Amino acid sequence: MSIFLGIDIGSTTVKLVAVRAGEIIYKRYERHFSKVREKACDMLRDARGIISGEPLRVAITGSAGLGVAKASGIDFVQEVFATRKAVGKFVPEADVVIELGGEDAKIVFLSGQLEERMNGSCAGGTGAFIDQMAVLLDVTPAQIDEMSQKAERIYTIASRCGVFAKSDIQPLLNEGARREDVAASIFQAVVNQTLTGLAQGREIKGDVLFLGGPLFFFKGLQKRFQLTLGLDDSHAHFPELAPFAIAAGAAQYAGDSTSREYGFNELLDILEKTAGETVIAQTLRPLFVSREEYEAFRARHNAHDVMTENVTVYEGDAYLGIDCGSTTTKMVLIGEDNQLLYHHYASNKGNPADVIREQLLKLRELCGGRVHIVSSAVTGYGEALIQNAFGVDHGLVETVAHFKAARHFCPDVDFIIDIGGQDIKCFKIRNNCIDNISLNEACSSGCGSFIETFARSMGYSIEEFCKLGLFSTGPIDLGSRCTVFMNSSVKQAQKDGAGIDAISAGLSVSVVKNALYKVIRAHSPDDLGQHIVVQGGTFLNDAILRSFEQEIGREVTRPAISGLMGAYGAALHAKANVPAETGLLSAHELLGFAHTVKSVRCGLCTNHCNLTINDFSGGRRFISGNRCERPLGKGEQQKLPDLYTWKLERMKSYGAPSEHAEGKTRIGIPFGLNFFEMLPFWHTFLTKLGFEVVLSDVSTRDLYMKGQHSIPSDTVCYPAKLMHGHIENLLAKGVDAIFYPCMTYNLDEGRASNCYNCPVVAYYPELLEANVAALKGFDFMMPYFELTDHKQFAKQAAKFFCKKYPRIKKSQVAVAAEDAYAALNDYYEEVREEGRKAIQYADTHGLEIAVIVGRPYHIDPEINHGINQLIQSYGMVIVSEDAVWQLAKAPEVHVLNQWTYHSRMYGAAEYVTHKENAQLIQLVSFGCGIDAITTDEVRAIVEGGGKIYTQLKIDEINNLGAAKIRIRSMLAAVEEGRKLAKHA
Amino acid sequence: MQNTPNMPNRVSFTEEMRKDYTILVPNMLPVQLGLICKIMANYGYKMELLDSEGPAIVEQGLRNVHNDTCYPALLVIGQLMDAIESGKYDTHKIALIMPQTGGGCRASNYIHLLRKALEKNGYGYIPVISLNFSGLEDNPGFKITGKMMIQVAYGLMIGDLIMMVANQCRPYEVVPGSTDKAIEICVRTVAGRFTAGRLIHYSEVKALFRFVLDAFAKLKLDHASPKKKVGIVGEIYVKFSPLGNNNLEKFLLSEGAEPVLPGLLDFCLYCIYNSVIDAELYGRSTKKAMGYKMAYQFVLKKQDDMIKIIRQHGKFRPPMGFDKVRRMSNDIIGPGVKMGEGWLLPAEMIELISEGVKNIVCTQPFGCLPNHIAGKGMMRKIREHYPDANIVAVDYDPGASKINQENRIKLMLSSAE
Repeated sequence: MSIFLGIDIGSTTVKLVAVRAGEIIYKRYERHFSKVREKACDMLRDARGIISGEPLRVAITGSAGLGVAKASGIDFVQEVFATRKAVGKFVPEADVVIELGGEDAKIVFLSGQLEERMNGSCAGGTGAFIDQMAVLLDVTPAQIDEMSQKAERIYTIASRCGVFAKSDIQPLLNEGARREDVAASIFQAVVNQTLTGLAQGREIKGDVLFLGGPLFFFKGLQKRFQLTLGLDDSHAHFPELAPFAIAAGAAQYAGDSTSREYGFNELLDILEKTAGETVIAQTLRPLFVSREEYEAFRARHNAHDVMTENVTVYEGDAYLGIDCGSTTTKMVLIGEDNQLLYHHYASNKGNPADVIREQLLKLRELCGGRVHIVSSAVTGYGEALIQNAFGVDHGLVETVAHFKAARHFCPDVDFIIDIGGQDIKCFKIRNNCIDNISLNEACSSGCGSFIETFARSMGYSIEEFCKLGLFSTGPIDLGSRCTVFMNSSVKQAQKDGAGIDAISAGLSVSVVKNALYKVIRAHSPDDLGQHIVVQGGTFLNDAILRSFEQEIGREVTRPAISGLMGAYGAALHAKANVPAETGLLSAHELLGFAHTVKSVRCGLCTNHCNLTINDFSGGRRFISGNRCERPLGKGEQQKLPDLYTWKLERMKSYGAPSEHAEGKTRIGIPFGLNFFEMLPFWHTFLTKLGFEVVLSDVSTRDLYMKGQHSIPSDTVCYPAKLMHGHIENLLAKGVDAIFYPCMTYNLDEGRASNCYNCPVVAYYPELLEANVAALKGFDFMMPYFELTDHKQFAKQAAKFFCKKYPRIKKSQVAVAAEDAYAALNDYYEEVREEGRKAIQYADTHGLEIAVIVGRPYHIDPEINHGINQLIQSYGMVIVSEDAVWQLAKAPEVHVLNQWTYHSRMYGAAEYVTHKENAQLIQLVSFGCGIDAITTDEVRAIVEGGGKIYTQLKIDEINNLGAAKIRIRSMLAAVEEGRKLAKHA
Repeated sequence: MQNTPNMPNRVSFTEEMRKDYTILVPNMLPVQLGLICKIMANYGYKMELLDSEGPAIVEQGLRNVHNDTCYPALLVIGQLMDAIESGKYDTHKIALIMPQTGGGCRASNYIHLLRKALEKNGYGYIPVISLNFSGLEDNPGFKITGKMMIQVAYGLMIGDLIMMVANQCRPYEVVPGSTDKAIEICVRTVAGRFTAGRLIHYSEVKALFRFVLDAFAKLKLDHASPKKKVGIVGEIYVKFSPLGNNNLEKFLLSEGAEPVLPGLLDFCLYCIYNSVIDAELYGRSTKKAMGYKMAYQFVLKKQDDMIKIIRQHGKFRPPMGFDKVRRMSNDIIGPGVKMGEGWLLPAEMIELISEGVKNIVCTQPFGCLPNHIAGKGMMRKIREHYPDANIVAVDYDPGASKINQENRIKLMLSSAE
C-alpha cells in the first residue's frame, strides 16, 4: 500500500501531509523564512520514521511550490484545485470555501455554478498583512488575536490592501485609539477585503468552510467573518484541518492522478539536489564591490557631523525639539551654539505619549539646575497630541522643520528628501522657500517600515538586514511599485532560490527607485537639484544611501543626525521663537502626568466623525478625528464662503419630496458621478414629462457597504464604486424605475478638441446593469444620450420616451428638453455668481482663496471626506473649478484636451496664476487614469505662473493626515514667500 | 472635429524629410506591422519596426512617463526612447510614429506623452507622426491616400491570416520551429508581391490567401493528443504584444494549450463602425457615417471572401464574420460603449465561446479605464449567458510579478476542458 504525500509550499510556510488509505497519518506546518527548499527537505526528513517504509506518491502545490516542482520533476497541482480536492474529500457539505494564506486569498463557490477566485495583483496578502500589522503594534500576531477579543468598537480601516490599511492605522495609534479596537478593526479589514475583492457580487451563504493558517489560528478573525456574514456556528466551519487543507488536497491529488512512485530516500535525494540549485533571472549591479570602496564612502559621509556637548556639562539656556513621527519619536536638546546636548531616537511602540513622558523626565533630571529649557517645539504626525499633552510651546509642520534643519547643514540646499518609517517626503527649495512638495501617496509607500517589517519577519533588525545587502554580488531586481507588488517579487525571488543578501540589496534599491520614480518622478539628477540633502531614519542604512547615490549618479549630503533632522529643525525653530515663559511641563508635572483615551462618535453634524478624546492631567484635553471646529467647543466659528458646501446643498434640494406626486411613476436617480452636475437638467426634464423624481440619499460609508458586493473591478475609482450603493438605496426606496443614461459625450464648452466624459462616467450604467443582481427584471433605463445639440437631443429623447410611455407627446419632450437646458444654464449662472461673491468676500476680508479643482462629484462628502472643511479651517475661502474656469483665457496645454470636466481644470489653473490671493488645490481620486495626464498639465500651468501646486489624493480612506501636511506646508510656503517679497 | 485651439507648435513631418528619414515604429504585432511597413516602402516611406526587448524598455518608460499612466504607454514610449538612445540612428534623420484613435480613452494621449518625453530629453526636434483617421493632426510629408489604405488593409488581412493559421499549427508541429519557418516564408513572399512599386489587385490577394493556407498545410502536425484551446482578448496592446503580456502565448504553449487570437482587423472594423453608431445614437455627423458604413461593408465583404477561401481549403478554422460578432455582442453590452476596446471586447469573448474556445484570458493594463466596464464589468453577464465560459482577467504592469499572473492562468487552465 502506498502513501500519498502532499507538500504545500506557500509564501511564508511549508505544509506537509501524508495520507494512507484515506486517513491522515502525518501533518506539519512550519514557517520557512524564505529558505523554501531547505525547509521542505527538513520536513521530509522529520517524517522519515512514519513514511519511509512504503512507496510514496507525491504532489507539490502552493505559490512558491512551482519552482521546486519544476526543478525536481515532481508533479505540481494548482492550489485552488488542490483545495477543491481536499474539500470534496474531508468536508463535502461545504457550499463555499474561503481560504486565506500568507499572501493569497481564495474563494471557491462549490454549490451552484462552480467558481474559483484568487486575489488580484492589487489586493495585499492576508496572513502577511496581519504579520505586518503586528509589527506595527509591536506585538506578536497571537497577541493581536487576544487583543481583538476585547474590542469595544470597530474603526474604518481601508480594506483594499495592506499599505492603505497601514496608513489608516498609524494615525489611529498616534491619536491614542485603544489598541484592542485597532486589533479587531484590522481583522475586520481582512474580512472586508476578502468579501469585496473576491466574492464580487456573489452571495456567500449556506455552509462556509474556512481554511488556511490565519483563519485557523486567529479566533478574532473567525468572529469577524461570522458576524459580517451572519453565519451561526452550525454553518461556519473552522476545521482542525484548516492549515493543512491544501497539502491534504495535494496528497489526494497524488493518489488520484499520479502514477510515479518514489522510495523515501529517492524522493529526499531529488529534493536535496534541487535545494542546492539557484536560478536568478535579473540582477542589478552590486552596491559595493570592495570593502575599500565602502570605507571611502563611510568616510565621506561621516564628515557631515554636528557639534556636540554633553548635557551634564553644559550650562545655560537650551531649546527642545520633538519629532513625533508615525513609528518613531525623536527628541533633541540644543544649546546656544546649536550644539547637540542630548538626543533620543526610539520606536514609539504605538503610544508616543508614554515614550515622550519618560524621556522628558530623564531629560529634566539630566538638566538639573544648570540647563534651562526656555523654548520647545514639536513636529510630525503626533504634533497636535504632544503639543497639548506636554504644553509644548510651538507646533510646526514637518516639512518646515526638515527644511530648517537641512539649511543648517547645507546652506545652499535646493532639494531635500526624507524617507521615514511610513512616509517619503521631498521638496524643492526655491528662493529660500519650500516649493513643490511630494509625499508618497498611500499606494506607493514602499518605505522604511516596509523593509523593517520584512526584516523582522525574517528574524533580523532593519540595520542587520540592510547590512546583509552591502556586499551582495547580484542584488535582485524587485521592481518599484507598492509593497504588495514587492512582496510578490520577493516571493518570486525566493522561489528562484535567491539568497537573503541579494534580497536585502534588492529591497534597498527598490525603496530608492520607488522614491525617485514614483514619488518624485525624477527624470535626471538635475530634476532634483545641485545640493541634495537626504535624511530620515531610513537613510541611516548605508545600503539605502548607496542605492540612492548610484541611482541618481550624484553624491549627496547625509547629516550624521539624519534620523533626527525633524527634531533638530524643531529645536532650531524653538530657539528662533523663544516665548516669554515656556509652557513645557516641569519634572513635577510630568510625574503626575496621566493620560486617558476614549473614543466617541460626534453627533454635531452629518459627518459623524469618529472622535478620539485624550484627557491629560490638569484638565487639558485633546480631541482628534474631527474635520471641523465644532466638537472642540469653541462655538460656531464664522462660516467662510465655501462653494463645495453651497453646491452640495443646491444639489440636495432636488431630493426634496415633490408635490402633487400621487399616482405618478416614480423614477429614481442615483446621486453620484455626473449627476452631481446634470441633476438640474434631468430632474427638470423628467418632472416636466410628468414623472416623480426620487433621488438616492447622499453617500455615506454605510451606503457604500450596501452596494460593495456587486463591484466587479476593485481598482476602479471610489466615486464609481459608490454608484452600487446608490442603486441599492433607490431600490430600497421602492421606485418604479431608475434612470441613468450612458453619456459618451459631455456638453461642449468650446475649450477642448472634443467633449468626452471619461470611460467610467460614460458607461458605468452598463456595468451596473450587468452586475447588480437586483436590477434583473427591473426597469433600469440607460439610454444613450448626447446633449450638445438641443434639437438632436429632443429628437433622440422623444424616440426613447414616446415609445416607452405612449402618453408622452413628441412636442412635450421638446418643451421639457428646453426647460431642462434652461435649468442647467441657470445652475451654471448661479455657480458663477456664488464664485464671484466668494472671491469678493476673500478680497475684502484679506483672505486666501483655495481654488479646488476636481470633478463635479468631488463635492460628495463621502468622496472628499470633508477636505473642504479642513481647508476652510485654515482660513481659506473655497471656490470650485466650475466657478472660475471661464474667468481666464484657455491656457496652452501639451496634451490632448478632449474631456469636458478636465478641460475646466486647465482654465481654473490659469485663473489662479493671475489672482494673487488664490491657491490651487487639485483633488484626485485614486485610480483615476485620466488624472495621470491632467495633473502634470495643471502643475505646469500653476508653476509656470509662479504659484505652488498642491495635489490631494483621495480614496475610500478617511485619513486627512497627508492632506493636512500639504495644506499647511503650502500655506507656510505662501507666507514665507510673501515675507521674502516684502524684504526684497 | 475641431482643431485643438490651444496646442503649441509641434514639429511636422515634412515633404523634405520623407526622402531620407527613417520612421521608427513601436512593435505590437510583428507579422502584421512588419508587412505594413514593407507596403509603405512602396510609397516612399522608410519604416522600421522595432524588435527590441529587455528590461531597458521598461526602465525608459518608467523614467519618462507618469507612472500612473497605463502600461502600454510606458512600453511604447520606452521602446522608442530606448531606440533613440541606442546609438543606432542619426537622431536628426529619424521620425517616430504613434497611432491615435481619438477615442475617449487616455490612449489618445500617448502621442503627447511621447512628445513630452522627447522634449525632456532634448530630442524635441524629432517629428512624431500621428497615425489616425479622425483628422486629429496632419503632416505635409505623411499623407494616407485611399489607395494606400486599401493596400494596407489587404496587408493586414493577410497578416491576420498568417497569425491565425500559425497559431493553429504551432502547438502541434512535429518539427520544432517549422511553424515560425512557414511564417517567415509567407511574410517574405507576400511582402515581395507588394513591393517594387506595384499595386496589388484583389485577385492577387485572394491567391495569396490560398498561398498562405497551402504553406501551412504542408507542415507536419501531430493532433494525437488534443490541446486545450485558450482565447486571448483584452486591451489591444497587451493582448498582442509579447512585451506587454510577458510572453503569454509562449507560456500557454508551454502549458500544453493552443492560444487563439482574434485578428487586428476586428479592431479596425470596430473603430470604423463606431462612427456609424454615433450617427445612429446621437445623429452625429450622419454624412461622414455613410462613408464609414461603406468602408465597413467593403472590408466585411473581403473578410467574407477570406472566410470562404479558408472553408474551401478545409484544413483550418476560419474566424467568425465580424458583423455577426458585432450583432451578438448587443445581448451583452450597448453598442454605444466605444472607448478603448469597448463593445469589441465582450464581442470577441462571445465569438471565441461560440466557436468552442471556452477558456479565455482577458488581458489589460493595471487600472485600464474602459476595461473596468467592458472587460471585468461584463464577465458576470457573459457567464450568465454562457455558463461554461471559463474566463480569467489578468492585469499587467511594470511591477506585477510574472508568477502571480501565471498562477491565475494556471488556475483557469486547471478547470479548463
